[in-house]
Amino acid sequence: MAEDSKPRVRVPRSATAGEAFEVKTLISHKMESGQRKDADGNNIPRSIINHFSCDFNGENVMQVTLHGAISTNPYFQFEAVIQESGTFTFTWNDDNGSVYTDSKDITVG
Amino acid sequence: MQLTRRDTLIMGAGVAAVTLLPLPSLAGAWEDAIAAFTEGGEIMDGGIELTAPEIAENGNTVPISVSAPGAVAIAVFAEGNPNPDVVEFQFGPLAGAQSGSTRCRLAGTQNLHAYAKMPDGSIGHTVVSVKVTIGGCGG
Repeated sequence: MAEDSKPRVRVPRSATAGEAFEVKTLISHKMESGQRKDADGNNIPRSIINHFSCDFNGENVMQVTLHGAISTNPYFQFEAVIQESGTFTFTWNDDNGSVYTDSKDITVG
Repeated sequence: MQLTRRDTLIMGAGVAAVTLLPLPSLAGAWEDAIAAFTEGGEIMDGGIELTAPEIAENGNTVPISVSAPGAVAIAVFAEGNPNPDVVEFQFGPLAGAQSGSTRCRLAGTQNLHAYAKMPDGSIGHTVVSVKVTIGGCGG
């Protein structure tokens, strides 16, 4: 599903050092929970994004462990606080081994 | 085919067995999931806030947010889901606040539990009940 999963991230362009700001992420993914059955009554195997991580200049902001109970197109909103300009990197790990990434630059001034 | 009294009784017993059987196994999964997160830490009420709608029209996307100042990790569990694990947030050194929001699936009306792991190993706990009009497990 690599071609279907498109990450979208919203980070402010600039921030004040030491002041928390909001980060929003969304990635398109069907998040098949493994609980559903197809028309013939067979279980549809689980296929979800199982891990998300947000880092800034190599330091971790937060990590999320996802389970089957997370909705289609997993969305996260959280807060970060930084001291210098740099780059946010966002990583999503799929059950099938794919890794989706996105990055955003931010200026402290 | 004519339904005899005997058939009806057998069917009734079958239904009873089916409804009674999954309960012990579910309780096991529930306790295991929570124990895996709490790692034997002392559980206290409070220290964490869980925000969820009182009534969710669609169990497929229920917005939830958690906040626990000072926590190192927060986990959310759904009592009435086939798999109780929902989500676990782990906060790094650059987290601006120990909070996070996401959207989850709920199989039906149930209680949502949130546990916050503090740096000293103690656990904060809160519970919120959510009414779900349409379940989110494809059933």
